[in-house]
Amino acid sequence: MELSEHIKTANVEDVTLIRPFLPSLKGTLCVTSHHLLFSDRKEDGSRQLLVLLRNIDAIEKRALGSSGTVTIKCKDLLVLQLEIPGMEECLNIASSIETLSSLESVTEMYPFFYRPSHLSLQGPWGLSSADQYYKETERLLDRWRISNVNSDYSVCPSYPRAVIVPRDVDDDMLVRSARFRHGGRFPVLSYCHHRNQMVIMRSSQPLTGANRKRCKEDELLLQAVIDSSELGYIMDLRSAQQAQQSRMTGGGFESKSCYNHWKRLHRYHERGKVLQESLIKLVEACADSSHSVDRWLSKLENSKWLSHVHNALTTAGLIAECVERDGHSVLVHGSEGTDSTLLVTSLAQLILDPASRTVYGFLCLLEREWIQAGHPFQQRCGHSAHSHTRLKHECPSFLLLLDCVWQIWRQFPLALEFSEALLLRLTREVYASDYGTFLCNSEQERCALGVKENTYCLFRSLLKPEIEEKYLNPLYEHTDLAIWPSVHPQSLQLWTGLFLRWTEYSQNMEDARDEIWNIKKEHRERIGPDQNNHTTSIHCETFTPFENLMDELTVL
Amino acid sequence: MEHIITPKVEDVKLLNRYTEKKSTLGTLYLTATHLIYVEQTNNARKETWVLHHHISSVEKHPLNTSGCPLLIHCKTFQELHLLFQRERDCQDIYQSLLRLSQPVKEEELYAFLYNPHQNEDDRRRGWELIDVSNDFRRMGLSNEHWEISHLNKNYEICSTYPSVLGLPKNATVATVTGSAKFRSRGRLPVLSYYHKDMKAAICRCSQPLSGLNSRCLEDEQMLEAISQANPNCPFIYVVDTRPKLNAMANRAAGKGYENEDNYSNIRFQFQGIENIHVMRNSLQKLLEVCSMKSPSMSDHLTGLESSGWLRHIKSVMDAGVFLAKVVCDEKASVLVHCSDGWDRTAQVCSLACILLDPYYRTLKGLMVLIEKEWISFGHKFNHRCGHLESDPKEVSPVFTQFLECVWQLSEQFPCAFEFNERYLLEIHNQVYGCQYGNFIGNCQKERQEMRLRENTFSLWPHLLENHHQYRNPLYRRSLKSTVLRPSTLPLHFKFWCGMYNHYDKGMHPKQSVVDQLLSLMQRQVDGEKTMTDLQRQLAVADGVLPDPSGPINAPSNQDSLNEKSPTATVVQSNGSCIPLNNGAAKEAGMDSKQYNGEEGAEPADTQHGVTSSKEKPASVETEHSKEEVQESS
Repeated sequence: MELSEHIKTANVEDVTLIRPFLPSLKGTLCVTSHHLLFSDRKEDGSRQLLVLLRNIDAIEKRALGSSGTVTIKCKDLLVLQLEIPGMEECLNIASSIETLSSLESVTEMYPFFYRPSHLSLQGPWGLSSADQYYKETERLLDRWRISNVNSDYSVCPSYPRAVIVPRDVDDDMLVRSARFRHGGRFPVLSYCHHRNQMVIMRSSQPLTGANRKRCKEDELLLQAVIDSSELGYIMDLRSAQQAQQSRMTGGGFESKSCYNHWKRLHRYHERGKVLQESLIKLVEACADSSHSVDRWLSKLENSKWLSHVHNALTTAGLIAECVERDGHSVLVHGSEGTDSTLLVTSLAQLILDPASRTVYGFLCLLEREWIQAGHPFQQRCGHSAHSHTRLKHECPSFLLLLDCVWQIWRQFPLALEFSEALLLRLTREVYASDYGTFLCNSEQERCALGVKENTYCLFRSLLKPEIEEKYLNPLYEHTDLAIWPSVHPQSLQLWTGLFLRWTEYSQNMEDARDEIWNIKKEHRERIGPDQNNHTTSIHCETFTPFENLMDELTVL
Repeated sequence: MEHIITPKVEDVKLLNRYTEKKSTLGTLYLTATHLIYVEQTNNARKETWVLHHHISSVEKHPLNTSGCPLLIHCKTFQELHLLFQRERDCQDIYQSLLRLSQPVKEEELYAFLYNPHQNEDDRRRGWELIDVSNDFRRMGLSNEHWEISHLNKNYEICSTYPSVLGLPKNATVATVTGSAKFRSRGRLPVLSYYHKDMKAAICRCSQPLSGLNSRCLEDEQMLEAISQANPNCPFIYVVDTRPKLNAMANRAAGKGYENEDNYSNIRFQFQGIENIHVMRNSLQKLLEVCSMKSPSMSDHLTGLESSGWLRHIKSVMDAGVFLAKVVCDEKASVLVHCSDGWDRTAQVCSLACILLDPYYRTLKGLMVLIEKEWISFGHKFNHRCGHLESDPKEVSPVFTQFLECVWQLSEQFPCAFEFNERYLLEIHNQVYGCQYGNFIGNCQKERQEMRLRENTFSLWPHLLENHHQYRNPLYRRSLKSTVLRPSTLPLHFKFWCGMYNHYDKGMHPKQSVVDQLLSLMQRQVDGEKTMTDLQRQLAVADGVLPDPSGPINAPSNQDSLNEKSPTATVVQSNGSCIPLNNGAAKEAGMDSKQYNGEEGAEPADTQHGVTSSKEKPASVETEHSKEEVQESS
């Protein structure tokens, strides 16, 4: 069935568009296979609104005499209202939108049809890979190697073809270790610290099961990560009790007796449905227009979103501290190792690694740690905060990451090369995009569907100079130091840029951003670029908020 | 001095509020004005200065194995937890602080000792810098409807009002005096703000003595006169900022609110801001939330909610927004009161002024506003801040709430204010610090009797001198609209970490956009100054200009001052551009660098605690304590 067959009414005239905080417009509404287009067709520069159907999260229709009102709730949190004359047209439009916005087949999605004239499908796709990271990171040469054991995705379907593993471990051992790990996600290198060569590894849970099975190769693999005299930390993102319980279903944890050079810490992270509901509650709280502060604070608390932000930053801080301050390597996993695990390993890198704080470095980090590492974007980002359909695998892990990055940016407004605008752009792209970057659940799927051959790469397009400029932080100053975010509840705030994006408030913030650019530009013109070097100052305090937490953690 | 029993105690432990690992060992000094804690660790000397006036309470806890603990809470929300080796020392310091933090007589206040090395002329000019009657003129008074009246010049009509009042032209003396008699403490309806374009006025007063059914013809005439002074609207709003229940309760005591049947053409409204006691308790709860040891996010948010603090802030803001709306959307005049008209009324009127008039969003404008609505209209600073030993039930954070409302606005409108957060915090510090005379006394009459202008200095010139560090680099003089229309949805009210956790540096952003931009701009000014200096020297060398004997006052510097505060002519005319010299500029630059520096915890301490008070003690300390400090260095 052709997509266009879902469209019963393609055009309606005299539609009224109502947007928050803007005057309403009258014009023509068109539905195409992938877009909703509204145009007021004014002589003096018509105003248009183009919404990707994929961006529509939920749709509500209401009859009002002979006409109907359709409320469109987008995944980027925008809420639109359309008043459509003619009941039949209204119902037709609504049903087309409903069908076309929730297409299941990846190859029918817009990225496969998006063909802008200024881009070409030839040329490289993506920015980084394990291969490249390995080549660029000299400090890895001695003790680490690239393994292509997963070249046909048979060892671990959610891993990329190439991964970085200890030099002393051969592919055979990897295969065995993979059999002992949930979904075949054996321990691989995520980050190697430039100061002390300590590493962050990630994996999924070991399948020890009720009988406390062991896997010699898995133990050797981890042993090969550290010297025999050293100590490593395992950051288990479940509570100790959960880890115990998971043995009943075939999962488990690394026991002290089998992995005697590794010390296990447990920090509980919510996942899946709970996170998704948290987002839904928060967005609902933000839309509440009652004027009670108590009610707002209680809803904010009740949503627990900020608790999740707090938790993620705390764990990431702890991992970073193990690596930088205490000089230990860390292995991170929860159950599957595809959500919270990626969240905290990438945050820890942002704290530790100055290279990941540039636009390029940050996008590379996302590509390596999320896209190639097999975060199931398609499952997680099927719906956002408005949908009432029964949720299956939806979970805003990636949104949570971006929120945490924003918190770091707020506390260190000079340390990141990118601005809030980039984070906001990503929150939108991850749910609905012209580009193929966030399609599918793994490299294997992307490969099978020819994503790289048939769609454009978002990250490459973001790095084009004329586009990248929009996302730069005018005040960026490179620092080699680790940036330790404060995790006191008083230091964390609601990400107003995202959650209040469609209010008047965001215009004021926009003005402020413009003003910063103006000042910076004026300064650059008058003083000249050379003198800018004087401004380089060091900005990191020795204070650490994590010290105490280390003591309080359950150590098993 | 007679209250200091032990001026110096060694080996005192200063405990960190959140982690025991970060506690330090040092020496404690007690001077006539400050408590000074000095810690010496590997060549780094860190001083913590606490003004005695800033201390709100001292608690001595029972002796335990680690020592004898003393807990000091400050009005600036600083907390010191000290641990003494010997109980005797602790007891001595405790007793001294109890006495020193609670002066009995006005003359004991710091302002009467403090001398910033200015002569009498400077002192006089300093006091003349902010003149409330200038502001009346700025608003366009006198005009056909309103006049500046001196009826209260001897404080006979109302002892807690200023001597100069704005009154409707067609109100007779009999109306004025009659109305005053019908208002609590004689605080009759007078002009607070006049909107030239709308011809609408904001007036303020106290509650009427209406009781259950008394009325007063003159008071009714007074309101009629205010209404007639506005040709654009046939009625006036009367806003009672109290909750309705409170206002009704007052009727039983012979006070109350306006009966709409007795006044022609008024529209009566309650606003529901709670009284000083509720606010005091709410702050207490908020501070408990702030000092929780390791709260979870939920603990924090639940605590914040149950403190009710943000609810109260919103209620003040709501009332201010209502006033501004009435004036600019309906062109209607409005009369505001609460009970006595010196707490909630001051908050609401001054907030409305800020929303309506961009002038009050400048550095100097805020000074004028505070001087007008708070100081001259008799906000009881002595009682509300607890400057002297007095009834603790009179203490209430009313002014703090006003500053917070301004901060909340600046968060919503980052380009609308000429000043930054530091300015608000510094004003807050100074209000409680009593180092300058501005905030001493409960009303103008009291201040005159104390001869504050002869005996103390004014804060405002000091703030203008340091305007570099208080500027908001994002300030745009020409906003799209002059009236601020903030959203008052609850989610826009944020916890003000910079105020209530000010001394917990670990919680604040580690880098500051404001400081970064300020130092960028300052370097630009410096660069231009160097350029002008060089050109001047070149001209001198060429013989075009005579050799200047004194330092060159770079024109660019004066320009920048001009630009900032167009009316700051006094500062310039007295030739004391000295504060604008390189020293001050460098200082500002340095501060911003330190802020980003290794010791992230230091800089703001330096800014508010030390630099602002460093030179002060030297001039007031006795020889004795001076020696002590030197000895240790």
